[in-house]
Amino acid sequence: MDIDLLTNIFYAMVRTGTPLLLVALGELVCEKSGVLNLGQEGMMLFGAVIGFIVAFSTGSLWLGVLLAIAAGMLLSLLFAIVALGFNANQVATGLALTIFGVGLSTFAGAAWVGKPLTGFEPIALPYLSDIPLIGRMLFAQDLLVYLSFALFALVAWVMLKTRIGLIIQAVGENPDAASAMGLPVLRVRTLAVMFGGAMAGLAGSYLSLAYTPMWAENMTAGRGWIALALVVFASWRVFRVLLGAYLFGLASIVHLVAQGIGISVSSNLLAMLPYVATIVVLVLLSRDAIKTRLFAPVSLGKPWQSGH
Amino acid sequence: MLLSLEPRGQQSRAMLWLSPVLAAVLTLISGSLLFLALGHDPLETLHTLLIAPLSDWYGVSELLVKALPILLCALGLAVAYQARIWNIGAEGQLLIGALAGSAVAVNIIDWESQWALALVIISGIVAGAAWGGLTAWLRTQFNANEILTSIMLNYIALNLLLFFVHGALKDPAGYNFPESAMFGDASRLPVLSEDGRVHAGLYFALLALVAVWVLLHKSFLGFQVKVLGLDRRAAGFVGFREKRLVWFALLVSGGLAGLAGVGEVAGPIGQLVPQVSPGYGYAAITVAFLGRLNPIGIVFSSLLMALLYLGGENAQMNMNLPQAITQLFQGMMLFFLLACDVLIMYRPRLKAGLFKRSSAAVSNEAAV
Repeated sequence: MDIDLLTNIFYAMVRTGTPLLLVALGELVCEKSGVLNLGQEGMMLFGAVIGFIVAFSTGSLWLGVLLAIAAGMLLSLLFAIVALGFNANQVATGLALTIFGVGLSTFAGAAWVGKPLTGFEPIALPYLSDIPLIGRMLFAQDLLVYLSFALFALVAWVMLKTRIGLIIQAVGENPDAASAMGLPVLRVRTLAVMFGGAMAGLAGSYLSLAYTPMWAENMTAGRGWIALALVVFASWRVFRVLLGAYLFGLASIVHLVAQGIGISVSSNLLAMLPYVATIVVLVLLSRDAIKTRLFAPVSLGKPWQSGH
Repeated sequence: MLLSLEPRGQQSRAMLWLSPVLAAVLTLISGSLLFLALGHDPLETLHTLLIAPLSDWYGVSELLVKALPILLCALGLAVAYQARIWNIGAEGQLLIGALAGSAVAVNIIDWESQWALALVIISGIVAGAAWGGLTAWLRTQFNANEILTSIMLNYIALNLLLFFVHGALKDPAGYNFPESAMFGDASRLPVLSEDGRVHAGLYFALLALVAVWVLLHKSFLGFQVKVLGLDRRAAGFVGFREKRLVWFALLVSGGLAGLAGVGEVAGPIGQLVPQVSPGYGYAAITVAFLGRLNPIGIVFSSLLMALLYLGGENAQMNMNLPQAITQLFQGMMLFFLLACDVLIMYRPRLKAGLFKRSSAAVSNEAAV
C-alpha cells in the first residue's frame, strides 16, 4: 500500500464518517437528556430530500442545508409531541417516525429522483492540505465536513464544560431530582430532541448535497440506525463518537481498500460490511450488561411526567 | 395549557379499539388535505386509492394476494411485541425465507412429486426462523439490542439476496437478467380459482392465524410471553425463563416471515427476483400495532394495508401520483395511532389554564 492510497483512504474515511458523526452527535445529546429517538433514519431522509429539492429549485446549496435542518427539527417536534407530550412509548414512536420519514421523503422526492445537481465541492486549504497522509483528510474537504468538525467541538464543549451540559445530564440521569431542583425537564428534553432532529436533517443534506449530490429513495441506507449503534459503541462519550464515526466510515469504504490492494470481492458482499461491523461492535460492547448500564443515562427511554 | 390530560386510573377498553379507527380517520383527513394542497380533488383521489381497487372480483382477489404476506409477518411480530421484544427484522426474515426457498426450488425444477412444494416451503420457514434466531442468539448470548441487530440483519439479508440473484441463483438461460429460473410446477403454490391469483398460501395464513390466536389466548406459553412483556422482573420471579421465551418469540416471528417470503416466490412471482417485497416486513410493524397485537385485529389491519398497496399502484397508474403514497399513509397511521393511544390511559380536559401556568412560573422562579 503506497502513501497516496493511504491519503485517499483517510480522506474518504472522514467523508463517509461525517453523516454518521453528525447524526450520532445529535442522538448523543438527545439520549443524554434521557430520550431514545429511533427516528433518526426518517429525519435524515426527510432532511436529505428537502435539502435537495430546495437547493435544486433555488440554486442555493446553503438554503437547502438550512431548510433540511428545519425539516429534521419539524419531524423531531412531532416525536416530542407524541413521546414527551402524550407519554407514548419512545421505541414505538421512534419507529413510527422512521416509517413516516421514509414514506414522506419517498413521496416528496418522487419527481426528483436522478436529477443532476452540483453539490458542495472540496475546498483545499493552501499549504495545510499538502501535509502528507492527514493533509487531504483534514484540510481538503467540503464546507459541510469543516462544519461537522466545528459542531463536534461545540457539542464536546457544551456537554463537558458548560452548565447546559450539566442540566441535560441531570435531566437524563434523574428527572425527578432535576425537576425538584426546578429544572424544566420536559422543555430540556424537547430541546434536546429538536437538536437531534436538526443534526439528522443536516446529516441528510450532507448526503444529498455533498456526499452524492442527488436524491434517491432510501439513500441514507441505514446510516440513521448505525448512528444509534454508534452512540452505544461510544458509551455515551462524545470523543468516542468521533472515533466510532470514522471507524464506521472506514468499514464502509473497504471496497476502496480492496481495489487498492488488488482484491476483487462482490460489491454486494462488501456492502454488507458496515452492517456486520455494527452487529460485531454491539456484541463486543453489550456483552457486559452491567457495564453498559453503567454508562447509559439512567432514565433513558423511560417516560416521565411532572407531578405524577 | 388549555387542554390537559387527566389520568383515568385504568385503561379504557373502548379507546383501545376506537384509537385505531380514529387514527385511520385522521390519516384520511390529513391525506385529503395533502391531495388538496397538491391540486387533486381529495374525494376523487380517495376513491382511486381506497374504493376503485375493489370494484371487481379480480381486485378483491388481488387484495387477498397482497394481504397474505403482510398478515403472516404481522402475526409473527405480534407474538414478539407481546413479549416486548422489538423485532424490526421481519423484512430480512421474509427475504431470507424467499432466498432459501428459491435456492431449493431451482435445484428441483424437474421434480414432479408434491414433496417438492413441501420441501421449498419448509426450507423457507426454517431459513426465516434461523434468521430470527440469529437476533435471539445475539440478544440472549451477548445482550445485544434486538432493535439494532434485527435492522442490521435486514440490510444484510437484502445484500445476500442481491448477491445470489446476481450470482449463483441467476438463470443461466435468462439473458443475464438478475432473476432465477422459473420454479417447476410442482414447487409452485397452486392457484385456487381461475380468475385471480389467490393461491394455496391462503390456507397457510389461516392456519397461522388460528395457531397464533390459540398461542396468545389459550396457551400457557402465550401467557408467559405476555407476562414477560408486561413485567420482566415478575416473569423472572415466578420462574419463567426469559431467554427461552426470547428464542421462542423470535423463532416464531422469523418462521412466519420466512413463510411469507417463500409464499411470494412460490406463489404469485414464481421465481426469485431482487424486488421480492415492497416493504411488507416494515408495513407489518404498523399492521401489528394497528391490530392491537391481536390476531383478529391484525386480519383487519392487514387487509387495510393491502388495500393501501393496491390503491398506491392504482393512484400511480391513473393519477400519476407517486406510489409511495402507501408508505406515507402507513407512517401517518402509526403516528396518529400512538398519539390517539394517549386517550387509553388519559382523559382530555379543557382547562382555564391560568392556575397551571402560574404554578409553573413559580417553580421556574424557584429554580433561579
